[in-house]
Amino acid sequence: MAPSPGAPAVAVERVSKAFRLPTERVHTLKERALHPFRRSGFEEFVALDEVSFDVAHGEFLGVVGRNGSGKSTLLKCMAGIYRVDHGDIYVDGRLSAFIELGVGFNPDLPARDNVLINGTMLGLSPREARRRFDSVIDFAELREFEHLKIKNYSSGMLVRLAFAVMIHVDAEILLVDEVLAVGDAAFQQKCFDEFYRLREQNRTVILVTHDMSAVERFCDRAVLLERGTLVRDGSAHDVGLEYLEVNFGRPAGAAADEEGEEPERSGDGRAAIASAWFEDEHGNAASMLPMGRPCAFAARVRFAADVTDPVFSFGLENADRANVLAASTQWTEPRTGTFAAGDEVVFRVRFENVLRPGRYDATSAVALRGSGAAWLDRRERLCSVVVSGTQASDALVQLPYETAIDRSPAPSEVVS
Amino acid sequence: MSAGTRVEPSPVPTERPRGQRIVGPAAIGVDARRFLNLTRTLAQTEFKLRFFGSALGYLWQLMRPLLLFGVLYVVFTQVLRFESNAEFYPVALLAGIVMFVFLSESTGTAVTSLVDRENLVRKVQFPRLVVPLSVVLTALMNLALNLVVVIVFLLASGGSVRLGWLELPLLMALLALFAASLSTLLSALYVRYRDVRPVWEVLLQMLFYGTPIFYTLDVIPNETLQRLLLVNPLAVIIQQFRHAVIDPSHPSAVEAAGGWLLLLAPAAILVGLAVWGYRYFDREAPRVAEDL
Repeated sequence: MAPSPGAPAVAVERVSKAFRLPTERVHTLKERALHPFRRSGFEEFVALDEVSFDVAHGEFLGVVGRNGSGKSTLLKCMAGIYRVDHGDIYVDGRLSAFIELGVGFNPDLPARDNVLINGTMLGLSPREARRRFDSVIDFAELREFEHLKIKNYSSGMLVRLAFAVMIHVDAEILLVDEVLAVGDAAFQQKCFDEFYRLREQNRTVILVTHDMSAVERFCDRAVLLERGTLVRDGSAHDVGLEYLEVNFGRPAGAAADEEGEEPERSGDGRAAIASAWFEDEHGNAASMLPMGRPCAFAARVRFAADVTDPVFSFGLENADRANVLAASTQWTEPRTGTFAAGDEVVFRVRFENVLRPGRYDATSAVALRGSGAAWLDRRERLCSVVVSGTQASDALVQLPYETAIDRSPAPSEVVS
Repeated sequence: MSAGTRVEPSPVPTERPRGQRIVGPAAIGVDARRFLNLTRTLAQTEFKLRFFGSALGYLWQLMRPLLLFGVLYVVFTQVLRFESNAEFYPVALLAGIVMFVFLSESTGTAVTSLVDRENLVRKVQFPRLVVPLSVVLTALMNLALNLVVVIVFLLASGGSVRLGWLELPLLMALLALFAASLSTLLSALYVRYRDVRPVWEVLLQMLFYGTPIFYTLDVIPNETLQRLLLVNPLAVIIQQFRHAVIDPSHPSAVEAAGGWLLLLAPAAILVGLAVWGYRYFDREAPRVAEDL
């Protein structure tokens, strides 16, 4: 198809799609015969509601949303697997959808046959698919296993083979659904390197995912779907923030409001933590903190009475309610000074964000000096923050480290 | 787009350059070459898989009709002392079996094919009709190999190469059309009604006995019944095959039916099934991925 000048790679115009969910499915003729007059009732489930957006050529778009938000349905509509109920989708260029890697793979056949099947399914002619086999198998680094039935492949090898086919089908527009989640970090990196290369050739990539860090790192733009409607279309960063807020239930971060009812609050009231928030490395309030960057916790404290040398403290706990950080002025500055009634101060804790991605809740307190538990005010989980990152490690924290491999022993180790 | 539910707001008011419109899944789609490529690739793969992992490979595929042939031959000629005046009865029997096995294999597999291929149907955009037709094509490959055996058997029994063999491609094309129409219809029906399969299995059994496969038409004493049997397209094809390919002593389909007029019935069935099958499938195709 000839590219029409000025046409967007993909134009989605007021697309709606509903599924009929039968309340009582008539599956057999007998049931039909026994209940000829029963209307098989169904409920309409609106998966997409008037969704519109354009994707420019060469753009890397992220489609994000929670489970059931309609993002996969949207992808399947764009791919032509589902027929839309209303609206139109226009595609300028050859489009390939990768809802799943290795569609049509047959475990009992060797790589060559599977590349042929998969490539043909994805739009190559059998001859083209055969011709590209060598380059596919080399990209997948599976030359030595070429003749093995793929049921004997490891899952990593399968993913490599499938991905190799996928990037060899010459699609100008790629629709990718979550498929990269299966590989390890190195493989994912390779995938994204490949996407970048494609993008340089003015190809378009549309990535459906709920991995926000991937979206922020790779996408130019993102759209956020929520219950079938497009709620946000903007920069990957903005959409990412909004998604995290939606996804982690209560609004993460910013300020906990002053009048908020916090059940876990104790203290004699001589001081009050009015609000608390997190800041990124530039000192801006943030609800999401990138891993591996400096950041800060801040709390606004108002004094209702004269207090000398109070202790300010701050604790951070992860989603499993385990403490990952406990900071207190008791150790850093035992003499915090005298505060008069009516004073308002901001207490800040700066730290290097070595936490693994996830949500964290902050607890902050002001106490009398020495006693330890004579709270002036203590608010548990008064605000929360989401740490984003791509590090796929299960370590609780990722401490800064360096690695070294010494091939020749250092002189000091040479035993004389 | 379900027809009727949508008022076409022809040219959208804000006209702007756009690419190709995505219309969603269809039975055949716009790209005929892709349709053929896919059908062929799927059929070849399936064919290959049959022989993978078994030492004797193709021989097993051959054994099925041959074993059935052996059993029927012994039962009817030795045990029941069935007398046929027809020439080359064993060859006629084998030919009938081979054609019936083709029909039963293609339709029997096609019934569940859309559901069996669920993974493809739900995850890739491709013309849906590829699924049942590739099944028919695989069976057709088997048929071609089995026909070679029939021909060898015929020559070995003293038959000769005749001009009538030229009818072979036409007859096989008709048989393939019959099988494809049924397969198309059954596969789409099965998505909605799961008891299509057992019903079809019973119908196939009836078809086996209601078609001159292990008997020849001349053993039926009643001429009306003979003609009635020829309403069945499979019977017409087998009968004509025996006349044209095996030996002219078998009456041709026209002779057996007592004239062209009566052959209009099987022709109508053949065309009717093809049209009905295609239209039903075409109507269901856009929603198959959702209904599975």
